[in-house]
Amino acid sequence: MTPINPDQLIVQLTQWALSFLDSYPLVAVLVAILLSTVPLIAVFPGCFAITTWLERKGLARIQNRIGPNRTGPLGILQPAADGIKMLLKEDIVPKTSDRLAHFLAPVVLMVPAFTILSVLPFNRNMIPAAVDTGVILFFALGSVSTLAVFMAGWSSRNKYSLLGGMRAIAQMVSYELPLVLSGVTVIMMTGSLDTTKIVAQQQLSEWIQSSNAGLQCLGQIIGWNVFTPWGFAGFLIFFVASLAEINRCPFDLPEADSEIVAGHLTEYSGFKYALFFMSEYVSAFAINGLSTTLFLGGWSGPNIRPPWSDDPNALLIPGFVWFFAKMFALMLVMIWIRGTLPRLRVDHLMGFAWKFLLPLAIMNIFVGGFYYYAPRWHGIPVVGWPIGFLVMYLSYECIGRLNRGPKTAQRVYHYAS
Amino acid sequence: MSTETIAPREYQIYSGDDLRTNVLEISMGPQHPSTHGVFRMDVSLDGETVVKLKPVFGYLHRNHEKIAETTSYLGSMPYTDRLDYFCSMTNNWAYALAVEKMAGLAVPERAEYIRVIMAELTRLQNHASLVGFLTNDLGASGTPLLYAIREREHILDLFEWASGARMMCNYMRFGGVRNDLPSGWLAQCKKVVDDFPAFMDEFETLLTGNEIILSRCQNVGVLPRDLAINASITGPCLRASGVDYDLRKVDKYGIYDRFDFKVPLGSVGDCYDRFMIRLLEMRESVKILKQALATIPEGPVNDSKARNFRPKPAEAYGRIEGPKGELGFYLVSDGTPKPHRYHVRPPSFINLTVLEDMCLGQKIADAVIVLGSIDIVLGEVDR
Repeated sequence: MTPINPDQLIVQLTQWALSFLDSYPLVAVLVAILLSTVPLIAVFPGCFAITTWLERKGLARIQNRIGPNRTGPLGILQPAADGIKMLLKEDIVPKTSDRLAHFLAPVVLMVPAFTILSVLPFNRNMIPAAVDTGVILFFALGSVSTLAVFMAGWSSRNKYSLLGGMRAIAQMVSYELPLVLSGVTVIMMTGSLDTTKIVAQQQLSEWIQSSNAGLQCLGQIIGWNVFTPWGFAGFLIFFVASLAEINRCPFDLPEADSEIVAGHLTEYSGFKYALFFMSEYVSAFAINGLSTTLFLGGWSGPNIRPPWSDDPNALLIPGFVWFFAKMFALMLVMIWIRGTLPRLRVDHLMGFAWKFLLPLAIMNIFVGGFYYYAPRWHGIPVVGWPIGFLVMYLSYECIGRLNRGPKTAQRVYHYAS
Repeated sequence: MSTETIAPREYQIYSGDDLRTNVLEISMGPQHPSTHGVFRMDVSLDGETVVKLKPVFGYLHRNHEKIAETTSYLGSMPYTDRLDYFCSMTNNWAYALAVEKMAGLAVPERAEYIRVIMAELTRLQNHASLVGFLTNDLGASGTPLLYAIREREHILDLFEWASGARMMCNYMRFGGVRNDLPSGWLAQCKKVVDDFPAFMDEFETLLTGNEIILSRCQNVGVLPRDLAINASITGPCLRASGVDYDLRKVDKYGIYDRFDFKVPLGSVGDCYDRFMIRLLEMRESVKILKQALATIPEGPVNDSKARNFRPKPAEAYGRIEGPKGELGFYLVSDGTPKPHRYHVRPPSFINLTVLEDMCLGQKIADAVIVLGSIDIVLGEVDR
């Protein structure tokens, strides 16, 4: 009997359950598939419910309100009430709409949103689909959501929906570029598209395997890509672009309620609307999960070896705890931004992507290359680190200044004599 | 009515042989979320750019003027509350001023002070909510709006305490105000006024330097000085275009000549100027309120004889500087207890006439904030 490793408990349980099916290989494969997909489909809608509650409560606190407090303690049952309301609502389809596309759009949005979750490593040995080209698969499947949003906008036969669909295409295609390019730097440095390898590269295995608890903790943190110049810039670019990619404030133009009512969602009601709503949150989880994986060390976090174990890789706190903590932290930042910022305008939005984020992301690739080849002292990037940061800061300033027109400025107001 | 549907002004739609384009006609409203009530804009769009814009209103028309001509002078007083339902106090005052002018009634000293205090409180809550609604139109999911609503609640509590109603105050009377202020009211009002600058500071820190607000409001919806004058725009919209015209200074109605305050002026006349002028006017209103609260005398607050009276045949036009602009009431008396003619000059309605000029060539998202920056209340536009 091997000593219990809390980190790998779920994995060990799965393997133990599958060991009973050794003589039926076909059944074992099917059960293995179920065991890796059902948790995804069960856990993320749960996370979605918690996040809607968090968002409503958080926004309410930012806005000096109380938020939901009628359903259960602190309104925690609000998502259940919302769900029941959504399911009981009449499903209205406009008479002139393209019924098939109108029906398919929420499905086309939801399927890739859940599928891309499968390439995220939630913990060591805990990745639903260990694909060698995980990052590419993620971006490729993730971009299908653009099609779904336009399908919704087009099929509704509503001008607000159509405007929303048009905005969505322009916005999501444009922001895909900085999103992917900031991820490219990480892929270059790791030399792999495999998400598990990207996480492993961010851990200092020598420190983790040492006997000092402090070093074990630090080794799980200090190697995160976000602490390098290219990783820091890349993380910020990635985060901003991901806000636009999932239509979150301040880039929520496709569903800008004060301008085009609800954009592509205008003609949706009932369960279809709920599917849209859920898919948006699941995509938000997925993209935050990817930025956690690429820049924030995935499932690694301050963690020590359990005192009873001699396995050098055993961990006391399960890694997925850290993964979900980081993912939810990013969600909270998104909620905070939503409570703070107004919305951009269409042309400013496109300008921001093409004139600011894209050059910065390309610059970041060069900085990453320099960092990789710059001389090191005992493995510490004494040259690459400061120069990389300086170059990224200077390019941020330069690109920012080039973009800043003479138009906007604080004004001085005079009083009539 | 002409049948012409598209009249691009200084704006060319590209229509080469290889590419057939068409304008998109959208009827924004009356159920649109950001048209501030039941207002409609028939917009023609080229992509996202506004090519033509036609304001359509009248959904809230309820025969205000005709009804007022069939009832006594005092009977119309509660109905003026419903014109601009954000600012019932100033509506009352403008109507009372017109009747007083026609009937030659004098207003006691204390009542004049109460009127100034009520009008400036109204201006504070109107401007604060307007800026809040404007940021809502900008897409700020309601945070500044709810901060403004919080302050507005304090002022509405004061109104409720004095008049019995929060919004439909019906507080002014010909020759004064309905009742004296309750004891303790002035002290509470002083506290609200003293706390207000802290809210203003918070609001300005949050909004005026915000990069997104700067880039979205500056040079958007420019109202040139000449057009503003020719279209008889009044109020903050006019002053944002740089015209020094404030009825509190020009007419010196009531006792405004006793207070020291300044008139802020804009230079460009865009949405940002209109937004900033309101913030600056709030500071001036706080100054007026502080002076009025410090010097308010004791004494009677109304003239009990002026209830149902028959003014001699005459005509009068009473106007005040409402929060939205010049609010005027034109009255003609034929010697009966009812007005022969009753006409309202609503500032929202007249300021709305330049909407198309301000929106042409801008994006559809700008049209929404231009409308928001004009500050309309449909109860007053449609009457």
